[in-house]
Amino acid sequence: MELDKIEEKELIMGKANLEVFSETMQDMAAHDRDIIAVTSDSRGSGKLVPFGQKYPEQIVEIGIAEQNLVGVAAGLASAGKKAFAVSPACFLSARALEQIKNDVAYSDNPVKLIGISAGVSYGALGTTHHSLHDYAVLRAINNMTIVAPADNFETEMAIRKAAELDKPVYIRFGKKAMPFLNPEDQSFEFGKGRVVRRGDDLAIIATGETVYPSWQAAKLLEDEYGIKTTVVSMHTIKPLDTDLLEELSANGRPIITVEEHMVNGGLGEACASYLLQNGKTNPFRIIAIPDEYTVTGSQVEIFNHYGISGQGIMKNAKELLKLEV
Amino acid sequence: MTDKELQLKSIHLRKMLLKYIYKAKAGHTGGSLSSIDILNVLYNRVLHVDPENFKDPNRDRYIQSKGHCVEALFSTLGDRGFFPESDLETLCQYQSHYIGHPTKKINGVEQNTGGLGHGLSICVGEALAAKMDGKAHRVFTLMGDGELAEGSNWEAAMTGAHYKLDNLYAILDYNKQQITGDNQDVMNTAPVRDKFEAFGWAVKEVDGHNLKELEEALNNGPIQEGKPSLIIAHTIKGKGVSYMERVLKWHHGVPTPEQFELANMELDEAATLI
Repeated sequence: MELDKIEEKELIMGKANLEVFSETMQDMAAHDRDIIAVTSDSRGSGKLVPFGQKYPEQIVEIGIAEQNLVGVAAGLASAGKKAFAVSPACFLSARALEQIKNDVAYSDNPVKLIGISAGVSYGALGTTHHSLHDYAVLRAINNMTIVAPADNFETEMAIRKAAELDKPVYIRFGKKAMPFLNPEDQSFEFGKGRVVRRGDDLAIIATGETVYPSWQAAKLLEDEYGIKTTVVSMHTIKPLDTDLLEELSANGRPIITVEEHMVNGGLGEACASYLLQNGKTNPFRIIAIPDEYTVTGSQVEIFNHYGISGQGIMKNAKELLKLEV
Repeated sequence: MTDKELQLKSIHLRKMLLKYIYKAKAGHTGGSLSSIDILNVLYNRVLHVDPENFKDPNRDRYIQSKGHCVEALFSTLGDRGFFPESDLETLCQYQSHYIGHPTKKINGVEQNTGGLGHGLSICVGEALAAKMDGKAHRVFTLMGDGELAEGSNWEAAMTGAHYKLDNLYAILDYNKQQITGDNQDVMNTAPVRDKFEAFGWAVKEVDGHNLKELEEALNNGPIQEGKPSLIIAHTIKGKGVSYMERVLKWHHGVPTPEQFELANMELDEAATLI
């Protein structure tokens, strides 16, 4: 496994972002009794069993009822609680969409919507359990911040900042261990992308668990072709960091976006919309899940199938850069 | 306010909501008339809410799940001094905050509602938070019978009983009609009492136009300790205007000038009999 070698050599492997979420929740709850986890029979999937054991007064079990999960969380938030509604991203962002739209976003109740096992984390369980629509549907709702942290650092920061944010926020992540990306940069702010690698020849804007394969592609491009790539963890899909888009597009280099989401309405289309409307004509490509019945398999198999891998992203980059193989 | 004044208030609020529906040429007339006595009792006898300090964290909460009957809510709030009544002149007009459903932009409104089957879940969250914080305030919602077909209500009903939320009060405006016809023909909600009792609620049935019965049901604490309360208020859609009562087209019918005048005459006449 060539890619694993890169990982061992260049990056320090961390935990699953899901585990970091769980630990951060426990740490916050120890100091703040208003931190409330609201679950839909999902405390196991959300790694919140220890949280529930330590802070039984701070967890509200709703059972398998996502609409009610979000509605109740809205009521808790309205009453001043820092309510984290935790449910698989696939159900949270679809089954409870009207509650998210009306009771959270429109009513401006600062619920923290936590989409666990997001994207194709539940790969082999099939389309019912995939969330490849969540960026798109939530982007179309006013008053919603959408976040997909790439690594453990970003996850912890996103959870902590969400707890203090007096606005609705949706955070989604998977359950596979993630390496630390650019640990020297300890800045994190919603709406500000994090540059995890720098280079002038190409820009890859990725989000969530696709930042890592994007970083791998950048490494391969440099090692094999001397191509220098800027890789951005665009952890906040909305509001989009348009200042960073301006900066990345300024020298005309090709731009690739990568996401664990259907091509329709996701990060790539959000970037394309901004770039096109602002006169940027950089060569541009979106790497995402196409509009088809999604193949099943593990998350990494599905990623590889659709080119969300070091090799797949490099192949696209070479085409955009018109590199001869 | 004496009991007689409270009865006269119901007439006044009926006239008021009809006036603004007539001016706006829009509104949910039948349901506003069926629920106005409930709102009158809530805001003038039951809820601890202060128009001058609405955001007091210890206030009672009232979230109107049947948001479409906003004219009843706005009229009651305006009359209680939450905003100048003249604001309602802009009801449903371009850029007015006084739109066809409750919004938090209006002083006195707890939540933006309008999609049906949302209020009870939010109230469960509010009631849970009050229990967590050891607060004594109560949480009320007003639901329509048609909206009971929304499954989310039953998710919320289950949760309210599971957490023994006896600070939670749901009031059902049981006028037994909805936009397409009678509940029993569109989607039978009966037997409502049995269903809620089976879900673990304590239930009381009252005449939803009898102010005394409403006040007694709403002001004496939970029907049963350790259970959320459902007050089934038997009402008449269009109540108070003879030609509107139980006539389906008045669900969101707007009176003509002649009909408006007739409605006012009837209500003035009713006031003389109190």
